[in-house]
Amino acid sequence: MTMTERELWTVLHGMVFGAIFLLAFAGGFAGLLSLKPELITGAGIGVRIKRLVIGMWTMAILAWLTVISGTYIVYPWYRAEDAGSPRSLLLANAGTKAWHTFGMEWKEHVGWFAPILATAAAFIVTYYGASLAENNRLRKSVLVLFTIAFAASAVAGLFGALLNKVAPIQ
Amino acid sequence: MNARADFTKTDGVAAAAVLASAIGVFITGSLTTLAEISESLKTALDWSGAVGPLIGKTGVGVIVWLIVWPIFHALWRGKVVNFSVVYTVSLILIALGWLLTFPPVFKAFSG
Repeated sequence: MTMTERELWTVLHGMVFGAIFLLAFAGGFAGLLSLKPELITGAGIGVRIKRLVIGMWTMAILAWLTVISGTYIVYPWYRAEDAGSPRSLLLANAGTKAWHTFGMEWKEHVGWFAPILATAAAFIVTYYGASLAENNRLRKSVLVLFTIAFAASAVAGLFGALLNKVAPIQ
Repeated sequence: MNARADFTKTDGVAAAAVLASAIGVFITGSLTTLAEISESLKTALDWSGAVGPLIGKTGVGVIVWLIVWPIFHALWRGKVVNFSVVYTVSLILIALGWLLTFPPVFKAFSG
């Protein structure tokens, strides 16, 4: 049961940082969606806001860790010039070329949207706090921003998992 | 709830955060497509041989986001701006940024 340094970083990038972000989204989404005065008591809103603030900042940090580890640590191994790198292997075969030209090239760019949008959403929740429960427009706006961050992360995560299946970093 | 955090009294802080993030996303998307059009831009964005131009495209997007956010925040803090308009513009910028990172779109501009 051993792992190379590259495999360990790939796991950290995708299965730890990225996967926790994606899994935590459901909790954050449900928390924001149900943050309504008619559903929760005043004291409950205070407790819920504290939990949301912690959860959303944790997600924003995880999103940053995901893109930073992916771009600066894992990606250079993926795109190395040598013939055995995942990128070289994918491009060498017409049947697998699109995994790079479509999958990887979309993932590597769109993934960066997640931390930027998640940070903005976390900041708004922190700044406005209980006001979110009283203002549907603001709450729904944050929900949309948060959902777009999730969608960007989901695209990156899906292609990351598939690419690592087709051409793993070893 | 303090006055600072009352959205009905001041929506400027939320508008600043949303618009700045949308600009960051749009810049990243724009540079993704522009780097396909201009080989010299692609070279200029290649700050690290190991990572390639991705480092510049995303780096500039993040730097611009981090510059414009405090500016909008300082300008709009404590004020009521037209949040709906700012939010709509932001969603358009995010959609454009997303579109410009979609490979069939940016490859259509590839030289």
